[in-house]
Amino acid sequence: MNWIPKKRTAESNMKYLSEFRDAALVKTLLRNINKTVTGQWNIMEVCGGQTHGLVRHGILDMLPDKIRMIHGPGCPVCVTPVSLIDKAIELCLEHNVILCSYGDMLRVPGTEMSLQKARAAGGNVRILYSPLEAVDIAKKNPDRQVVFFAVGFETTAPANALSVMQASNLKLTNYSILSAHVMVPPAMEAIMGDKETQVHGFLAAGHVCTVMGLSEYEPLVKRWKMPVVVTGFEPVDLLEGIWLVISQLEKGEYQLQNQYKRVVSNQGNRQAVELVKKVFEYRNRDWRGIGEIPLSGLFLREEFREYDAAMKFKDIKVPEAVETECLSGDIMKGKIKPPECPHFGNKCTPEHPLGAPMVSSEGACAAYYQYKMQS
Amino acid sequence: MSKKPGFRLLCPMPEMDFDTITMGHGGGGKLTQDLLKKGVFSLLDNDWLREQDDAATLLLNGNVAFSTDSFVVSPVIFPGGTIGDLAVNGTINDLAVSGARPTFLSLSFILEEGLKMDTFWQILVSIREACAEAGVKVVTGDTKVVERGKGDQIFINTTGIGYIREKAKLGVKHIRKGDAIILSGPLAQHGIAIMSKREGLEFETRLESDTRPLHTICNQLVDAFGESVHLMRDPTRGGTATVLHEIAGQSGFGIDIFEKHLPIDNEVDGACEMLGLDPLYVANEGLFIAVVDSSCADQCLEALKKWEFGEQASIIGTVTDEHTRQVVLNSQIGGRRVLPQASGELLPRIC
Repeated sequence: MNWIPKKRTAESNMKYLSEFRDAALVKTLLRNINKTVTGQWNIMEVCGGQTHGLVRHGILDMLPDKIRMIHGPGCPVCVTPVSLIDKAIELCLEHNVILCSYGDMLRVPGTEMSLQKARAAGGNVRILYSPLEAVDIAKKNPDRQVVFFAVGFETTAPANALSVMQASNLKLTNYSILSAHVMVPPAMEAIMGDKETQVHGFLAAGHVCTVMGLSEYEPLVKRWKMPVVVTGFEPVDLLEGIWLVISQLEKGEYQLQNQYKRVVSNQGNRQAVELVKKVFEYRNRDWRGIGEIPLSGLFLREEFREYDAAMKFKDIKVPEAVETECLSGDIMKGKIKPPECPHFGNKCTPEHPLGAPMVSSEGACAAYYQYKMQS
Repeated sequence: MSKKPGFRLLCPMPEMDFDTITMGHGGGGKLTQDLLKKGVFSLLDNDWLREQDDAATLLLNGNVAFSTDSFVVSPVIFPGGTIGDLAVNGTINDLAVSGARPTFLSLSFILEEGLKMDTFWQILVSIREACAEAGVKVVTGDTKVVERGKGDQIFINTTGIGYIREKAKLGVKHIRKGDAIILSGPLAQHGIAIMSKREGLEFETRLESDTRPLHTICNQLVDAFGESVHLMRDPTRGGTATVLHEIAGQSGFGIDIFEKHLPIDNEVDGACEMLGLDPLYVANEGLFIAVVDSSCADQCLEALKKWEFGEQASIIGTVTDEHTRQVVLNSQIGGRRVLPQASGELLPRIC
C-alpha cells in the first residue's frame, strides 16, 4: 500500500514532533496560562487523541487547579452503536463474510462478544490500515463477500468513500462498507445546547478540521457564544490551545481560532470533502452511550446502495441489546471523570471492558487507566 | 548492522529432489534423512551431531543455566535477519542475561508443507552463521512437517545450556533502592523492522532488526562488576516497558524512567508515531536491561559504551521505594505518568 508518500520516510516525520515537545516552550506556555487564568474554567478537548496527549505527557497534572479538562466524545470506536458491532460479528460468523476493520474496533464488546472473540471462534476478521486494502481483498476473492467496518469521524470518511468509488469503478459486486461514520460538529452542538453542560470552551479536533476546514464551526461559536480553538495533539499544541481558550474566556470573548495552522487550512481538503459528499449523505445517528444526534451520521447515498452492507444484509437479525453497566455516556458528556465511575479499574479494565471507552486507544477510560498515577 | 553476505555464497544450496518441503520430509524415512544429511548436518556439523544418536551425551561440570524458546515470527526473512538467527540468538540471550556463557543448543523445526527449499536453506545458513558467531554448538534436534495451512512456513524451537559465570550473582532479590537501570542500546529496532515488511503495512525504511548475541558483553559485565550487577533481562516481546513492569512487580520496588534518556533512533521514533505505537512496548532482539548498584553505574555504562553496539547505551532510570510496583515515566516536558502494563495484541490506531 502507498499511503505513506515515497519521499516521506519515518525519519523526516520527527522534526515536526520534537519541536512540539520542547520542554522550554512548554514551560513558557504554562507560565502564560498561570498568568492569564483567574476564573474557574472547564474546557472540553473534543478528540480522544487529544485526551491521550494530555494524559500521556502528564499535562493534566501540570495545569493550574482553576482549569478543568473535560474529555469529549471524540472516540469513534466508543460511540459506535452495539447493534452495528453485533451485525459485523454476525456477518463474519454466520454468513461467510470477510470482515475487515481497523484494529481499534476488535476488542469493543458487542452484546455477546467482540470481533476479537468472533475471530477466535472462526470468523474471518482482518485488521487493516486502509479500506483500499479491503477492496483489494474483494478483488482477489470474487467468491466471498468482503465488508469493511467503516468507523471514524470526518478524518477516515474520505478514504472509505474512495474505497466505494474504487469498488464501483472495478464493478465489484462483493464489496460493501458497514458505515458507522459520525460527525463532530453536531456532537459539539449537542453538548453546547445541553442545559446541564458545564463546558465553557472547546479544543476542536485538529485532524477533523484538516479534512473539513473551519466553516462549520463559525456558526456554532456565534450561536452558543463559546470559544472554540482548533488544536493539535502535541504538548505545545495542547497547551497553546488551552491558553488561547482561557485568554478568550477571561476577556469574555468568543471566537473561532486556529492553533493547528501548520496542518489545518480554512477551506480544508476540498477534494476529500467533495468525495465524501458524493458518496455519503447526512442522517440522524445513534451514538453509543449518548443517544440520537440529529444529522450526525454519514450514510451511503441511494446510488451507492449496492455498496452499503446495512442494505445488502438488512435481513440479518442481531441479538437484542441488553442494558449495560457502562457509564460511557456520562463520561463522554463530561459529567463524570473515568475514576469516578464505580466500575473503573475493578469490574472494568482493558482486559475485561464493560464498554468501549476502556478499550479504544482514543477512549478516555483507557487513557486514565493506562497513564494516570494510581494513588 | 548488515550480516556478511559473502558467507552465503560459500554455502550454495545442495542439489535436492524437491524445491519445496513435502509431507514426506517429516516422515522419518529417506526424504527426512536426505534433508538432514544434505541440509542440517552438513551445515551444522560437529562431534555430537555426527553421532546421530537419539540424544546428545554431555558432560556438564558446574552451575548451568537452561532455557527454551519458540519462534514464530512472520515474515520469516526480514531486514537484518531470519527466523533462524533469531532462534539461535534468542535462546543465547536468555542464557546471557542469566549470567551464563551459552554452550549447547537443541534445534527443532516445525515446517509447513510447501515451504520453499531455498527459503529453508537460507534460514539454515543463518543458523549456522549465528552459531559460529556465538561459539555455540547445536547438539540435538528434530524436524516435523505439518499440512499446508496448519503452520506459517516454519516454526523453530531452541533450547540452550550455558555455564554460569563464577562472579555472577543475579536475581530480583538483589535489587536495592537507588540502583541504576541501564539500557544497552536504542529501542524498538526489531519490532519496527518486522512491521515495515508486514503485508499491508510496508513502508520505506533503512531499519534492520537488532538480532544479535549478547553473551560476550553480558559476561564481560558480570566478570568485571560481579555482584554489583543485580539483574539483567532482555526485553524482547512486549518491549522494554513490559520487562520494567516485571522487575517492579517481582522486586516490590518502584521504577522511575526518564524519557529524555531513552535512546531511540529517529526513524524508529517516526515510524512508531505513524503507526500509533509506543516504542517502549515494541519488541527488541539484541538489547538488554541491567540493574546495577549506583556506585558502579557510570563504570558499567562506560564499559557498555565500548562494546561494538553499545554507543547509545544509557542510564534510563532508577529504582525507588516510592510508588511501589509501578513504573513511572518522567516525560520530556516535565510531566509524570504511569507506564501501563501492555494488554495483549498491539493494535494500529484509526485516526
